[in-house]
Amino acid sequence: MSSVPADLRYAKSHEWVRPEPDGTVTIGITDYAQNSLGDITYVQSPKVGAVLAAGAVFGVVESVKAASDLYAPVAGTVVAVNPALDGAPETVNREPYGAGWMLRLKPAVPAAAGALLDASAYGALLS
Amino acid sequence: MTQLQRTPLREFHAARGARLVDFAGWEMPVQYRSILEEHRAVRRAAGLFDVSHMGEVDVSGPGAAAFLNRLVTNDVARLFPGRVLYSPMCFPDGGVVDDLLVYQRAADNFFLCVNAGNLARDLDWIRKQAAGHDVMVADRSAETALLALQGPRAAAILQELTTTDLSGIGYYHFATGEIAGVPCVLSRTGYTGEDGFELYHAARYAVRLAETLLAAGAPHGLELAGLGARDSLRLEAGYPLYGHELSPAFSPLAAGLGWTVKLDKGCDFIGRDSLVAEKRCGSPRRVVYFRTGDRRILRPESPVLNASGAAVGQVLSGTLSPILQEAIGSALVETAAAAAPLAVGVRGVTVALQLVRPPFVPLGRT
Repeated sequence: MSSVPADLRYAKSHEWVRPEPDGTVTIGITDYAQNSLGDITYVQSPKVGAVLAAGAVFGVVESVKAASDLYAPVAGTVVAVNPALDGAPETVNREPYGAGWMLRLKPAVPAAAGALLDASAYGALLS
Repeated sequence: MTQLQRTPLREFHAARGARLVDFAGWEMPVQYRSILEEHRAVRRAAGLFDVSHMGEVDVSGPGAAAFLNRLVTNDVARLFPGRVLYSPMCFPDGGVVDDLLVYQRAADNFFLCVNAGNLARDLDWIRKQAAGHDVMVADRSAETALLALQGPRAAAILQELTTTDLSGIGYYHFATGEIAGVPCVLSRTGYTGEDGFELYHAARYAVRLAETLLAAGAPHGLELAGLGARDSLRLEAGYPLYGHELSPAFSPLAAGLGWTVKLDKGCDFIGRDSLVAEKRCGSPRRVVYFRTGDRRILRPESPVLNASGAAVGQVLSGTLSPILQEAIGSALVETAAAAAPLAVGVRGVTVALQLVRPPFVPLGRT
């Protein structure tokens, strides 16, 4: 049974979004996604300053099994990427909602995350 | 869709959290917890693999030794009871039918261990070749289970469970004995590059043997390991996998297995003429092994490019080495191109191949 924290928002493509107090959003992939991928061996992140459209490919997550595109759940400008994933991409397997975060965006539209799935809707998608 | 075949341990795996996948028509555990962690457990301590999908074929009779020496490229005459031989088995054109282990039980009594995905085809091929020889060929795969206990702690774990003196069984030798009361062939062989044993036994004992080994091994750090770790372990060791580094499309010489092709063993064998000619003229293509210094995995069938960007081959196997923490793999390339820089494109990035002679990591067994 995959973990789906109640305080996050979700995209159908299995990314999660956490609105931060400073107006940015943190983005990662869900527990379901990391479990489906298996051992994650490489995360390709965008550059800080990159401008992403909603639904744009922002990177690639690669596992022993396959490489999968990552999609921006909301539009915005990349303000940070997780430097820890370069040397330890398996962090995404261990802590998909914590230390395994992937990037932080300044959203083009404030509160855009509100339009995404909530935990119960995402949970229903998985079942 | 055809029903997947199951080993006697299918429920044992499912109850221990295995992710079961279709492998060569068999429902097999690809991993239990993590491929990378299972891999490291085998290099550090020990791993237990269910490889009961492998095929076992008895070959016996007064003509068995001569027949087998005609069937395979390595020299069966070097065997004696208790000795194991690795060999390819070739088509007349030198392409590979399968690679296998030949076990000699007695002067006229052998058994073969072959790849699961090739079993039906191998049996057809072997029976066809056996015409005119005084041999019996019998498929024992259904009633035979196979557990591989691999890693530096394997012998210590197993010795607690058997009165057979394991120090008396050398690498690529075997003995018959009992493990916790279960009659077994104890073969000091494996596919990981570590010390270890492959334990052939009657399928009805498989669950009991697996449970006993797992319990005895736990204090030593033994973990269940799936086919995912088996594949990355064999690639790190530089062992070929049929369908990747071995194929009907090229010879064992091209695959870098010249040491298994005994052209002068004193008898003719299937494929010998072609292999003699290839040895004289050189193989047009050959299998190379590479590391990359990069974490991006290069996937099978990716084109291998020369310095001007022309395709000169393709990737055969690729994974992330859990020990080196970089992508490693093998490729089939034009021999003439292998001495110059090679690269593979992955998602818009060009990754240079650093050709190496395997093994990629120091091994307990080579």
